[in-house]
Amino acid sequence: MKHIVALLLGIIAGAVLFALAVIYNPLTGDGRLSPLSVTDAEIISLSFSVVPSESIVYTNDGESMQPPHPAKVTQLWEAPVRQTSGMVAVMHNARGEPAGVGVKLSSRSEKTRLFNGDAIVDSVWYIYLADQGGMFIGQTENYWGFLTDVAFPAGRSGANTWRGTWMGDVTAGPGVLGTAFATGTSGRLKGLEMEAVESLSVQAFSSEAGFVSAEGRLTVALPEASAAELVDQQ
Amino acid sequence: MRIASLFKTFLIGIVLGVGIAAGTLYALPVVDQQREASIVAVAPNGGTLESFHINIPMDRVMTGTRAEGNPVPPGLEWPAGPAFSNVRTEMFKIRNARDSVVGVGVRTAARHGDENVIDWLLHLPARGSLFVSMEPAPRDGGVRIGTVVSGTREFAELRGSLGERWVAIDSDEEDAPIGRIELRTSYVGQPEPLPAEGDTQ
Repeated sequence: MKHIVALLLGIIAGAVLFALAVIYNPLTGDGRLSPLSVTDAEIISLSFSVVPSESIVYTNDGESMQPPHPAKVTQLWEAPVRQTSGMVAVMHNARGEPAGVGVKLSSRSEKTRLFNGDAIVDSVWYIYLADQGGMFIGQTENYWGFLTDVAFPAGRSGANTWRGTWMGDVTAGPGVLGTAFATGTSGRLKGLEMEAVESLSVQAFSSEAGFVSAEGRLTVALPEASAAELVDQQ
Repeated sequence: MRIASLFKTFLIGIVLGVGIAAGTLYALPVVDQQREASIVAVAPNGGTLESFHINIPMDRVMTGTRAEGNPVPPGLEWPAGPAFSNVRTEMFKIRNARDSVVGVGVRTAARHGDENVIDWLLHLPARGSLFVSMEPAPRDGGVRIGTVVSGTREFAELRGSLGERWVAIDSDEEDAPIGRIELRTSYVGQPEPLPAEGDTQ
């Protein structure tokens, strides 16, 4: 009997050790530099709030951590869309002025492999900027760094909250350099094939209510030739 | 002696625990998206056709506009200012031909200078997304045609077109939709580059 108890305790201890090793595995950290931070291309820099109550609309299955906003918004409860969220937000330009509206649809990805440090989300954006035009963005995001640095510590704290400063790129592809692709549809962006990176800046997070104080940022790099042509035309 | 034996059993348990946890995490999917079978037809002139529809008003998630009227959802506050005055953004649930919800769609209509902009974003979580830019004016029969400009995952290598039209429904049934937006996509794969002459020999 004592041997069975020892074996069970050992199995539990082994599982806990494995979980800690996965969470704190330094090999799964993402220390790469965004390629768009060193580009010479013209950049469109947009910021937006990721706090649901500060968005125009935020919806999900209604049972997830973050509550829908406004409260009476239709929820995505059907099985094929249950792991999807939709957010409509005001996009601010680099000067902090409202520049347009952005819609983001995100779905948990079957490519998620916690074993490898991949917490993948497939997401797409449609952004309409009054002075630039419209564009689509397609990307895969990896939230592993956010989970290990912010979400797990928030869950372990007595108040279920995390406060501090966390910044990181969440875009992980599909571009070979870990960038998203963007396609312009109208205005000066029409027909342009661009690259983009989304990053996240978190100041407060609750494991019960989600983001409390956080901001997202999209950096879109115009193709260098097209940017030069645009300057020539002006 | 007995303590040493128990400790040995405990160590074996740790190894087993690590193995069981690693095997479970590796083998079991963390995310498993529900899939509805695609209902696709082959077009006579090549490519494939797929139809979706949106029942109005039950599939409408939001309508964002400065225009007067009841906001959807109740409590929505569309921002003021010139950046938002000529834009109308709508979000819907998308249904397949069997009337099952399979995704989420976003339709944005805007006035950009002299240009009328209408764009669709169709997001099917288990398959990928389609980005479509529509013609500004509808054609005969009220059908508006758009071009698939890009896509993700399953749709990344596809191009083609999308037609949208409004179909009113006259029904006495309670809770029946007042109409539906029909979306018909036509996918065409992008041509594969021909192999170099030397590669074919």
